[in-house]
Amino acid sequence: MTARREEVDVVLIGVGLVGTVLGRELTRAGQRVVGLERGEPRDTVPDFQGPAMHDELRYAVRLALMQDVGRETVTFRHSPREVALPIRRWASFLPGTGVGGAMVHWNGQMFRFQDDDFQMRSRTTERYGRDFLPPEVTIQDWGITAAELEPYFTRFEYLLGVSGKAGNLQGRKIPGGNVFEDPRSRDYPTPPQKEPYGSAIFRRAAQEMGYHPYPQPSANLSQPYTNPEGMRLNTCTFCGFCERFGCEHFAKSSPQTVLLPRLLEDSNFELRTGCQVLRINRDSSGRRATGVTYVDPRGEEVEQPAALVILGAYAYNNVRLLLLSGIGEPYDPETGRGVVGRNYAYQTMSYPQVFYDESVNINPFMRSGANGTMIADFAGDNFDHGPLGFVGGAYIGEIMTNGRPIGFRPVPPGTPPWGSGWKRAVARHYNHTSVVNVHGSSVATRSNYLDLDPTYKDAWGLPLLRMTFDFPDNDLRMSAFCTEKAMEIARGMGGQLVAGAPRTRPYNVAEYQTTHNTGGAIMGTDPSTSVVNRYLQSWDVSNLFVIGASAYPQNASYNPTGTLGALAYWTADAIVSRYLGSPGPLVGT
Amino acid sequence: MANVSRRAFLQSAGAVAAALAVPACDRLAPKSGGRRASYSFFNADEAAFVEPAVARLIPADDLGPGALEAGVPTYMDRQLAGAWGAGAGLYRGGPWRAGQPGQGYQLPFTPAELFRKALRAIREDLAESAPDGFGALPVAEQDAYLRALDEGGRDLGGVPSEAFFGTLLGLTVEGFFSDPVYGGNQDMVGWKLVGFPGAYANYYEFVDQHGIAFRRPPMSLGQDASGSIHVHPAPRAGEEG
Repeated sequence: MTARREEVDVVLIGVGLVGTVLGRELTRAGQRVVGLERGEPRDTVPDFQGPAMHDELRYAVRLALMQDVGRETVTFRHSPREVALPIRRWASFLPGTGVGGAMVHWNGQMFRFQDDDFQMRSRTTERYGRDFLPPEVTIQDWGITAAELEPYFTRFEYLLGVSGKAGNLQGRKIPGGNVFEDPRSRDYPTPPQKEPYGSAIFRRAAQEMGYHPYPQPSANLSQPYTNPEGMRLNTCTFCGFCERFGCEHFAKSSPQTVLLPRLLEDSNFELRTGCQVLRINRDSSGRRATGVTYVDPRGEEVEQPAALVILGAYAYNNVRLLLLSGIGEPYDPETGRGVVGRNYAYQTMSYPQVFYDESVNINPFMRSGANGTMIADFAGDNFDHGPLGFVGGAYIGEIMTNGRPIGFRPVPPGTPPWGSGWKRAVARHYNHTSVVNVHGSSVATRSNYLDLDPTYKDAWGLPLLRMTFDFPDNDLRMSAFCTEKAMEIARGMGGQLVAGAPRTRPYNVAEYQTTHNTGGAIMGTDPSTSVVNRYLQSWDVSNLFVIGASAYPQNASYNPTGTLGALAYWTADAIVSRYLGSPGPLVGT
Repeated sequence: MANVSRRAFLQSAGAVAAALAVPACDRLAPKSGGRRASYSFFNADEAAFVEPAVARLIPADDLGPGALEAGVPTYMDRQLAGAWGAGAGLYRGGPWRAGQPGQGYQLPFTPAELFRKALRAIREDLAESAPDGFGALPVAEQDAYLRALDEGGRDLGGVPSEAFFGTLLGLTVEGFFSDPVYGGNQDMVGWKLVGFPGAYANYYEFVDQHGIAFRRPPMSLGQDASGSIHVHPAPRAGEEG
């Protein structure tokens, strides 16, 4: 029998970045909010303390902070011709769980998507003509502009205390910053982090070639900072245990370090952990959410009625919960009709390596998650795609994050896979190799999508999400072009040997790439091609907002979290200033 | 593995090398102060394969100790005896079927099951050709046998040999480079080999001293003030390793 709790104003599904921001804004507006989190209530003290946190095996290899794959995974196939099989061990992407979500163990790479990213289809058509895009590429506009989002980007950066250097301050271009960025109203709240050795070599090589190197915007702080919520952050120590780890120094921005304590002390908020949401409930019209049903830590079903539902889980969990709840028409790749699961996209990565002689100590272990130097000359539409035959691009940077030796053992091509020759090469190159990151965009296509698996179930007996994905031709061409540009820079970095290759098919879920899964519940201006409107409000159920990278119609060259934080504040503002006074659709259909 | 293929690799390894080589176990006896490893998971026959095998994957040489001296078999034993060996971190719902390249691990076995089956098949496979055990074979023959496993296409009691070899090599690398509290990387020999400082982790004052030679000795999670490393207790079956 399902227990029924007292109705609240708002229920949050997931207490990560989105849940924390929305919870804070809505409780401040006087709403009574319950936050449901399926994972553990972890905090900096005592859960992320050194030296125990500096354990590569436990956290980076056995993935102690990640979602328990034994209870819930994703099935995967490259195309509808294949049978999808469960991802039995996480590798390609590492979904988080627990309070703070994936933002606990992220690197802290803090970007703003550019206006060209938000208007990708219309800008491509304007600049390159109506026939430039092949029919299988289903990129579209977001229904929002960079100028509209600017105040929310700024607000999110000041919440996090991001360390960086402006490249376009109110229209004034500033050398040494990202000169391709859209105008920003304020500089970053803290100056850039120190520049590691390999990054400095990259900067000189890139400058020599006429590019525009700049310090990567980082949520690993360069100096102490107190944010507008009164939360104090410390200086990052370059410990080399960032992504996949929690930060013991209060130096990486996360919900716990920038906002969550403020939310938890608000009497309008109640956090419930260990609660697995099974579905969003609706009234008989199907047009109004009545709350959610979840399984509590004792395994019992609970119904939580609420006037407003905020779905803020990880991107593909947002999509899965919509499908499990029957909200929105599922996408059908055969007909191209339907919206839920449409436009799943990823990230297209490659990693040229520069091998130095033994006099050059790169010291890969002296790094932070979001340090280093990069260029955006080949990101997004910052270069002419006319003669190239693809859209999208990549940022290129020497932004190494660590030298943890189970995972980081660069060796030149041709090195034997084990034995004395392997051991010699590992010892020879460990401290004398610089890795350049080519962080490429991912277009949406007609055939890459998400739906429910017909066979495999989670621990609660519900269908797993099925991912159908392989790298589109467009992105292989993009990767070939951008990887070659990176190789040219790498060859200018003074090494003895440069090795690298662009991304190729087939997509391999057993190789770590990035945890940047996007789309499936995308935002837009047309209910026939999007799940949510420009305020991330469900077209079908107006008291449901679906906030996550699930809303991205395609993925850009930059890391996605900065844009997600801005969208969370944008949506919160729309709810507080408009929706609460007059609940209903914020955009007419 | 079929006997035919075993003969083929023995031939390719060469009879001359076989006659001249020194038994690998003698040459690579662990320098652990006379301590014999005691295992929770491996039986004596299994250990008699795993110990010399990891010594070939990461050999002792002029650069320093190899996987055997680093305690990798102990590390591996604890992983297999613990929660990871029992399938923690693995989705175990059926049905099972062979995947396409890129679909990842799709065998029905936990790591412990995979090792048990493969090691039993290897023991049977070697019963005739290596009556004194894998470690008594000349190292060239040991290497050839391991290469044949790696090349794959051979069945080890239901386990494709390349899947077993991949897991063996993966665990060997983990045991060589993980913190010594897990039983491998003893004396932090893996970290000393490459120059990784381990759990020590504050480089704020060094990161902009470009190219500095960082010579501080590595540090373990389990290190006390006197420098002794306290290894995590060995797990019993079903406990977290």
